Amino acid sequence: MDMRTTKEILYTAEPVDVIVIGGGHAGCEAALAAARMGCTTTLFAMNMDSIAMMPCNPNIGGTSKGHLVREIDALGGEMGKNIDKTYIQSRMLNTGKGPAVHSLRAQADKQRYSQEMRRMLDATPNLQLVQSEVADIVVEGGIVTGAISVAGALYPCKAIVLATGTYLNGRCVWGEVSVNSGPNGLAPSLPLRDSLERLGITLYRFKTGTPARIDASTVDFSKMVEQNGDEEITPFSFENNRADIARSQISCYLTHTNERTHEIIRASLHRSPMYSGDIEGTATRYCPSIEDKVVRFAEKASHQVFVEPEGENTNELYVSGMSTSLPEDVQMAMYRSVVGLENSRIVRFGYAIEYDCIDATQLLPTLEFKAIRGLFSAGQFNGTSGYEEAAAQGLVAGINAAAGVLGKEPLTIDRSEGYVGVLIDDLVTKGSNEPYRMMTSRAEYRLLLRQDNADLRLTPKGYGYLIDENRYQKVLEKQRLINEEIRRLSKATIAPSDEINTLLKQHNSSEMTSGMKLIELVKRPELTYAVLADVDANRPALPEDVAEQVNIAIKYEGYIQKQMQQVEQFKKLEGRKLPQDLDYSTIDNLRLEARQKLNAIKPLNVGQASRITGVNPADVSNLLVYMERRKHMEKRADE
Amino acid sequence: MSVSALNKLNMDDTIVGVSTPTGGSISIIRMSGKGSLHILKKVFEWKDAGKPKSHRVYYGWICGGMSEKVDEVLVSVMLAPRTFTREDVVEINCHGGAMATQKVLMLLVEHGARLAEAGEFTKRAFLNGRIDLSQAEATMDIINAKSELSHKSAVNQLQGRLAHLLSEACEGLVSLLARIEMAIDYPEHEEADIVAEEIKTKIIPIAGELNKLLDVARAGKIIRDGIKTAIIGEPNVGKSSLLNALAREDRAIVTHIPGTTRDVLRETIKIGDIFLELADTAGIRDTDDLVESEGVARSLKESVRADLVLLVFDGSKPFEHNKIASIVNEDWENVIVIINKSDLPQGIDKDYLTDKFGESSIIEISAKNHIGIDELGDKIKDMFLQGQMEYGDDLVTNARHISLINSSRNSLVHAIETIDTGLHVDFVAIDIQAAYAALGEILGIAVDEELIEKIFSEFCLGK
Repeated sequence: MDMRTTKEILYTAEPVDVIVIGGGHAGCEAALAAARMGCTTTLFAMNMDSIAMMPCNPNIGGTSKGHLVREIDALGGEMGKNIDKTYIQSRMLNTGKGPAVHSLRAQADKQRYSQEMRRMLDATPNLQLVQSEVADIVVEGGIVTGAISVAGALYPCKAIVLATGTYLNGRCVWGEVSVNSGPNGLAPSLPLRDSLERLGITLYRFKTGTPARIDASTVDFSKMVEQNGDEEITPFSFENNRADIARSQISCYLTHTNERTHEIIRASLHRSPMYSGDIEGTATRYCPSIEDKVVRFAEKASHQVFVEPEGENTNELYVSGMSTSLPEDVQMAMYRSVVGLENSRIVRFGYAIEYDCIDATQLLPTLEFKAIRGLFSAGQFNGTSGYEEAAAQGLVAGINAAAGVLGKEPLTIDRSEGYVGVLIDDLVTKGSNEPYRMMTSRAEYRLLLRQDNADLRLTPKGYGYLIDENRYQKVLEKQRLINEEIRRLSKATIAPSDEINTLLKQHNSSEMTSGMKLIELVKRPELTYAVLADVDANRPALPEDVAEQVNIAIKYEGYIQKQMQQVEQFKKLEGRKLPQDLDYSTIDNLRLEARQKLNAIKPLNVGQASRITGVNPADVSNLLVYMERRKHMEKRADE
Repeated sequence: MSVSALNKLNMDDTIVGVSTPTGGSISIIRMSGKGSLHILKKVFEWKDAGKPKSHRVYYGWICGGMSEKVDEVLVSVMLAPRTFTREDVVEINCHGGAMATQKVLMLLVEHGARLAEAGEFTKRAFLNGRIDLSQAEATMDIINAKSELSHKSAVNQLQGRLAHLLSEACEGLVSLLARIEMAIDYPEHEEADIVAEEIKTKIIPIAGELNKLLDVARAGKIIRDGIKTAIIGEPNVGKSSLLNALAREDRAIVTHIPGTTRDVLRETIKIGDIFLELADTAGIRDTDDLVESEGVARSLKESVRADLVLLVFDGSKPFEHNKIASIVNEDWENVIVIINKSDLPQGIDKDYLTDKFGESSIIEISAKNHIGIDELGDKIKDMFLQGQMEYGDDLVTNARHISLINSSRNSLVHAIETIDTGLHVDFVAIDIQAAYAALGEILGIAVDEELIEKIFSEFCLGK
């Protein structure tokens, strides 16, 4: 028995199946997933008023992150539905580029986002909320058995999801000020760190930051460029219809920093904690502070600043592009140097925050710790940045925590199936030495992982976890309609006629002189499935989303086929399993670096092994030979 | 690991390699995999072409484009599973020396085979259960030793100019990719607008550089293999005296090669550092014995496959303009117009020839008196050695490098086609990634981390 606690246990609470530590975006998804799968679940939050809080930018989605939200929805998660309820502006980005990189982003009403998520948690059977701080994880014989709160209560459980975000050992810094604090002035979580270290978990220290919030009544919007939402919005959730969630939207505004702004910053750099050495956490390249931008891109005379409302019931505006940890007086001068913000007043000052997080290579692709059964980890605590990245991991960790309790197969998503898979594989295979941000360029099968087909890709995978029979059948039916329509178009021929040639001329497409397959017309770059409706007499009435898939599948067939062949190769190596008890140091033919890396990561299959930094193709070849040899030996031993 | 690297680990493709040590007069090229027979059929001309039987030896010629005969070979066909790798295996016994072997190898690669990695045949043999346990350890040693060795030699070969040129191309590609990926992932950034035309203007010079490298490689090959040369001209213009002038005793190597239908006389003539390969010289030397028209027709046919055509005129006589049109072929790659008999009073319409072929392609000689022969040699050198002078003929000689540079260049050409069909930048990025990956394989670098590094070092991004 290796039960370790920091405190005396004063009482034992009712046992539950799953405990989720943290009520942020990862924690909410994890708790909802576990409870919805039928596990009794307790969600611990340091403060019940900070459930699903958005302590930084007031939006959900964006490039690649929008894909994640669609995938979360396709797997039965909540983020997409919650932003559909609470968005105040919605835009599809990248519509001038290929369908694979179209990305949905919505501005959220932060308070309402938080409230609606809380409402959903409250309404979910099996789910209990507790405002308390967990101080210790109880592990017996390598298996999680409970959590102990700072108040000395033992909460017995079968699985725990750690989702501490930026709270663990949090410290906020701006100018000469440094306070032990979680985000947004909330209390940090301190004792849990020691407990994790005692369990042998390797911790890192990362840093991130946020800009100031300014009072809208002190801003001159007339001097800035107004940015509107889409007239026809696209819902995040596959279960919502455009018409049902349409509402009036509010605007964001674009302005710029200038030379004076940069002078103010440069003159005060010595007072910045980032440059005075007061911050030691590793910052992310993906969210540089304005002082970083001014130093690193000294030649740029101006940087874009997006001024975004934080909600309909608040005056606060988020100043995107000007994240900072400069002293308060410098912040005031700096923001006021920007056109439109000359008389602005700061409501909340910008700050940098340092926090403890883990080396995610300690995790399996299920997000369970390799060394501790029943202990899962998700979100910013795994070294990522962003609400969407957090929620995606929370969902997977929650599903798998519940699957473990219920004795179900775990759910893992690979790199060819979704951005969720790319994200988790990158984390657990390569680890991260800075907060990790999702990007579309990280997805090698980007053409296949579109936001428009997340349901077709993932809803069948989610069946039996959070996807019920009804939703599963609906997706199968959608796929069937798509296939059938493509088949019809590939068979149906169309004869040249005045009608068709007039249409072709209208779209600058060459006229027909002899009969053609309809599918060939859809393939022409200047035409689409939709514009051919009038000349396609036998076309069945199809839902808009089915028509969209038909169009994409036909137009980009060549490219899609090529990536599908690559996926086939990828899947073969993913299918070659590696035993978890394999001691790579005994395989003489591997290079020393490869042996060390393989032992540290313990990849599940040859595919994962091939992606480990420091493992080269010759090592993988030798690994294949070694595994085959081992199989022969085992066979021989059996005979 | 790149997407193409995955394929190598999966053993789904057909691999090819020279399985005899270099330097021997006979070398064996071994090919293994599902596509072996299919690829063989594309390059092998033999009597009973059709369905070859397993474990039989076939005699014939390996032929390149335009049925150009590359080497006379014996081919063993061994069908799965009774083979070394338990896959379909083809072994080609080449007789034509190292250069012919390289040529055959590249032909097979052109038709879809992949150059085998170190120890790969043995690896397949083992993984397919062909060799026994005790050999497994040895296999792994081979993989290690060979990859170590090939790495070393690759690094050696890469030092200097080529490595520099390839790194520059990679740098250009990754910059361009960073630009495209930034535009995709940060569409609201003020520098995010990227138009296809801009990408095109950046791809073209890089593709041009790669083309130049491939030209150099090709020229290098021509220098080592010799320039296939055809001498064309009307009867009695002095073709055979030109041949004799070129083939002075000190520089002529005459070989008789028994052909299938008749004897073909092939002569190799050395001019300075380069070799001219004159095929069917019997047709020129023996014009008197042949029906004139037949000789001319035959040499015209040969000329299409030549690297160089020497078009000979008699300077002392006028010629019929429309007769030229019937001789000149548009498929000729390089032509030098030779006005012979410069020692006699000139009656030829030189202006017409200058007009048609350009001043620089014309040379006046007297074959009989050995006047202008050295100048002709210089002209040929200039024509074929231009790239060489810039880079040196050993810049790109490694077959693996050539095939990767070629595949990179093809990806860039595809990128331009993608742009021209109006597809979006994210599709173009796929081709550029592939172009980078191919060069990266030579240099031992991968795109993923470098790209993200590049995006964030070149553009000021983030909320």
